[in-house]
Amino acid sequence: MENKAAIELRGITKRFGSVVANENISLTIRKGEILSVLGENGSGKTTLMNMIAGIYHPDEGQILVNGEEAAIHSPKDAYDYKIGMIHQHFKLVNVLTATENIILGLKEKGRYNVEKSAERIKQISNAYGFEIDPHKKIYEMSVSEKQTVEIIKVIYRGAEILILDEPTAVLTPQETVKLFQILRNMKQDGKAIVIITHKLHEVLSISDKVAVLRKGKYIGTVETQNATEKSLTEMMVGKAVSLNIERPETKNQEVRLSLTNVNMTNKEGVAMLKNVSFTAKSGEILGIAGIAGSGQKELLESIAGLRQIQSGSILYQNPQTGKEENLRDKTPMQIRNLGVRLSFVPEDRLGMGLVGNMGITDNMMLRSYKKGKGAFLQRKQPKSLAEKIIRELEIVTPGSDTPVRRLSGGNVQKVLVGREIEAAPTVLMAAYPVRGLDINSSYTIYNLLNKQKENGTAVIFVGEDLDVLIELCDRILVMCHGQISGIVDGRKTTKEDIGIMMTTVKNETGNEESK
Amino acid sequence: MDAIAYFLQRTIAQALPLLFGSTGEILTEKSGNLNLGIPGIMVAGGVAGMISATVYEKTAANPIGIVSVCISFLFAILCAGLVSLIYCFLTVTLRANQNVTGLAITIFGTGFGNFFGGAIGKLMGINDISILMTVDTYKKTLPFAKNLGWFGTIFLEHGFLFYLSIIIAVLAAYILKHTRTGLNLRAVGENPATADAAGISVTKYKYLATCIGGSIAGLGGLYYVMDYSRGTWDTQSFGERGWLSIALVIFVIWNPDLAILGAALFGGLYIADVYVPGLSGAQKELFKMLPYVVTILVLILTSRTKKKKNQPPESLGIPYFREDR
Amino acid sequence: MKVKHTGKEPLIRLSKRTDISIFQAIAVRAAAILIALLLCSLIVMAITGGNTGFFQVYADMFKGSFGSSRRIMMFLRDISALLCLGLALAPAFRMKFWNIGAEGQAIIGALAAVTVIKKMPFLPPAAMLAVMLCASVIAGAVWGIIPAIFKAKYNTNETLFTLMMNYVAMQLVRCCVILWERQPGSNDVGILPAGNFPKLFGVDYGINILVVAVLTVVAYIYLKYSKQGYEIAVVGESVNTAKYTGINVKKVIIRTMAISGAICGIAGFLLIAGTHHTINTGIVGGEGFTAIIVAWLAKLNPFYMLLTSFLVVFLNRGTAQIASACGLNSYASNIIIGVVLFFIIGCEFFIQYKLFLRHPRKKEGV
Repeated sequence: MENKAAIELRGITKRFGSVVANENISLTIRKGEILSVLGENGSGKTTLMNMIAGIYHPDEGQILVNGEEAAIHSPKDAYDYKIGMIHQHFKLVNVLTATENIILGLKEKGRYNVEKSAERIKQISNAYGFEIDPHKKIYEMSVSEKQTVEIIKVIYRGAEILILDEPTAVLTPQETVKLFQILRNMKQDGKAIVIITHKLHEVLSISDKVAVLRKGKYIGTVETQNATEKSLTEMMVGKAVSLNIERPETKNQEVRLSLTNVNMTNKEGVAMLKNVSFTAKSGEILGIAGIAGSGQKELLESIAGLRQIQSGSILYQNPQTGKEENLRDKTPMQIRNLGVRLSFVPEDRLGMGLVGNMGITDNMMLRSYKKGKGAFLQRKQPKSLAEKIIRELEIVTPGSDTPVRRLSGGNVQKVLVGREIEAAPTVLMAAYPVRGLDINSSYTIYNLLNKQKENGTAVIFVGEDLDVLIELCDRILVMCHGQISGIVDGRKTTKEDIGIMMTTVKNETGNEESK
Repeated sequence: MDAIAYFLQRTIAQALPLLFGSTGEILTEKSGNLNLGIPGIMVAGGVAGMISATVYEKTAANPIGIVSVCISFLFAILCAGLVSLIYCFLTVTLRANQNVTGLAITIFGTGFGNFFGGAIGKLMGINDISILMTVDTYKKTLPFAKNLGWFGTIFLEHGFLFYLSIIIAVLAAYILKHTRTGLNLRAVGENPATADAAGISVTKYKYLATCIGGSIAGLGGLYYVMDYSRGTWDTQSFGERGWLSIALVIFVIWNPDLAILGAALFGGLYIADVYVPGLSGAQKELFKMLPYVVTILVLILTSRTKKKKNQPPESLGIPYFREDR
Repeated sequence: MKVKHTGKEPLIRLSKRTDISIFQAIAVRAAAILIALLLCSLIVMAITGGNTGFFQVYADMFKGSFGSSRRIMMFLRDISALLCLGLALAPAFRMKFWNIGAEGQAIIGALAAVTVIKKMPFLPPAAMLAVMLCASVIAGAVWGIIPAIFKAKYNTNETLFTLMMNYVAMQLVRCCVILWERQPGSNDVGILPAGNFPKLFGVDYGINILVVAVLTVVAYIYLKYSKQGYEIAVVGESVNTAKYTGINVKKVIIRTMAISGAICGIAGFLLIAGTHHTINTGIVGGEGFTAIIVAWLAKLNPFYMLLTSFLVVFLNRGTAQIASACGLNSYASNIIIGVVLFFIIGCEFFIQYKLFLRHPRKKEGV
């Protein structure tokens, strides 16, 4: 017999501007069951769940809680319906203790008594198997402890329906095992649990059912016991779609950039890059695939001199002088002064690549303002450059002095890519250059990258859409958990192969993480 | 012995305006509002109390001391609260910059205080503006204070505002650390987005904390006018007590209970030059620099050690708008 | 199941304006100033006991500011003092470095100039002024650099740090005043014997006005057309972008605060050599704080600052005139300035945001 439905979604549609994030989705979440919502980045999983949690409101469709139509306008409404969501970015106050964070904003009856609350937290912990010190401050906690606090917070408030947004993204394998045991305990207790994920092995090991989304559409729900990694991958990535992106043949290949055994840990001491070694060659596009947060950003920023690496070398072959330069431990300015023509289109366009409140001309100067003698800026050249880019890339803007913040996403990206290409780079790195762009703008960017390739630039392209990577790139490097899980030929590989590599690390220590 | 006791007594007299001011500013800053208008608010509150007392004493047929105290007390906290309300309206509702608004409040508040404080006699058309009856009631000490030797001299020869300041500081510390309201307030000042998501009204907390904090600071001005300078207002002598209160907030790293000791220390330093033998006039002035230098050192040390619990509230000075999430 | 809905549609909804025209923006500001001035007149009428007519107030204020050629010169002198401090703050604020320490930086600059007069009385007049200027610039710069170093290194809160530095400077001045006072206990240094500006073209305060006029243009050019000004703008907008571009953020913070402090030092120098010829703690008179508001309301544009400081000085001198005519103290002007500032600060909200009364929700943000 099927368990009772906790939540039913009927025909949910959500649009952001012209982008349809969710299209006519119907889905049932049942009590005493763990449902995985599976899909690639940008497939609309989080948006859908945010509507249940009261962050967004659907444009069309209904949400039924326990069989009755519910109006959920805020996270507080969601709590009243006993729905709790654990977001990827924790909402915790650092200087408060676990207990204080958990009871924050509650209007409990009786005197304020932290000890009593801590006692209840201990009971909850014992009941489900959490390990937590209720009096520990958040800033002293590891990521997994913070996540525990978030989950207890939701249960403490009486949630019967728990939604976890990619809970394992920040956990070690051991912590993941523990979390899954807790989720199973909660399922036994009759709670409905949804986990948003794109990791196939986790889906198979934890869930009872899998609902698959692809590009905002609902593909279907299957019983986990009838599913395999292969069948789920097919549902998730779909049949290969022909995008007709051009791919010129490679020629005159020379090594431009070679990384050897690069290791990097971030400020929190978490290893972000582990033994990364690869080469980028002139006249080719090297694609980098991987689940978001697998170390792509850190890799590019290490090369650009924005992050300190702990070990390994980053060597650049200068085609003009024939000299080899080590870029490790150098600042972006030092790298530029070495004559290294490295261009970088960062993921955060307005927060890093451009200054939102400045016009296109002033943004062109970010690269070139130091040029020329004297203390004053040369605005003439940047201005004509700005006008050239506006003209050639067909940027829609009232003028070259309009703050770029006001332009549409596609136009902002054209400004950024245009500037980086105008520097005549020998290595061009682009992180998610078509994210959020419409089809036409995306093709403009593909063409620009191809042109660079034909000019003999080594192009590194970090992407999320596997169809694009397979059609555009000559070689594809797949990253998983900060490691390289393989480098494949773009002309021969399939989406399924890459999909599996994205979630599986084959390393020397031998413990394959998928099991 | 007597000299030391007297020194400590004067220390407390110096410390009280600072204690009121910094307790009020701590509550304000705990909500994430850096109110640089505190000096103005203290002056405005004190002078409002003085004016109301003057009006009452000069117009009532048979003025009664305790009534006058009640009226001036009420007007002081009302006026200080109202000026704080202007600050809140501009920064929270109209989203203006906190530093700029705070400084404008200080210009307005000190202007208000100095103008009416200086011109009250002229405006009322009277020459004798002394309000000794009110002052005497404010300064009334416990009847047995004189009989308790040095202890009485130091701790009991003060008016009721002395006890009130301690009670408020202790109460503020208790509320911040041991009540649900305090927990919510701290959350608002640290991370308003999280507080908002937990169902706490960020706006309500900011308004209440800032206005109540301002009213408390206004009592500092009231004490100064009524008790310290015996019901008169001299535009120069209030000096930097307002800014010193803000320094004290940093010095006691946002703890109202520590502020009691901190205020005593600052108050002592403020007059210690008189009691340290062999100081020349110029050296005395250097001595008075100490509270500021010590505050700077505390500021540097806390930022260097990066100990989370000693930091300013995380969102201090940063406005919060829900749409910006 | 009964559930209370808390997520009601709010009564007033806001959205950020992006498309307000310059004329609309000016109109909003003008309206705010107008309302504030009307209110001021009422306040003045109230405190002078109705002795002044409604429009008489403005006439008196005008007379107080521009009533005689001497008053006009003093008016210009006051503008130049306030404007100079505003100019000093502009680079720091553009970098989003909250320098609340202009008062102290100017005072320490003034103190340095006086020290030169006291310790090197043998210098000939021109050399004296030159050495004074150098001393003021260095002293102001040092006062600006100290908090900047700690900001760059440990991210120490600069608002509170610079605020405290004001009072360290003031105590130093008090200390020196006692060392130099004419009679023990008088707290008065007296008019200094040397280091005064000569009249420029026979005009009092001519050099003050000229120096600040030149500084205004220089500051405008520096911020808008120099490479350093560009770096300041990038650091202020986004530290991440600055790092990506290869700007040395720490260096820019320290250099900019050195400049900011140095200009404050010049302001202190002008106050000594051009205006007061003596020193005490009130020599800057809180203008260092007022300048913060003047600079902010002018959007850190040196030429707009001319307008905002004009407004403040007009209110100040005008109200002081009325107050003294009625035998009241001049602090009345601070009340008026405060009220006008509240209105101007508040009106910016209506320039940046559009208000909607309750109506159906269309889209939520991405």
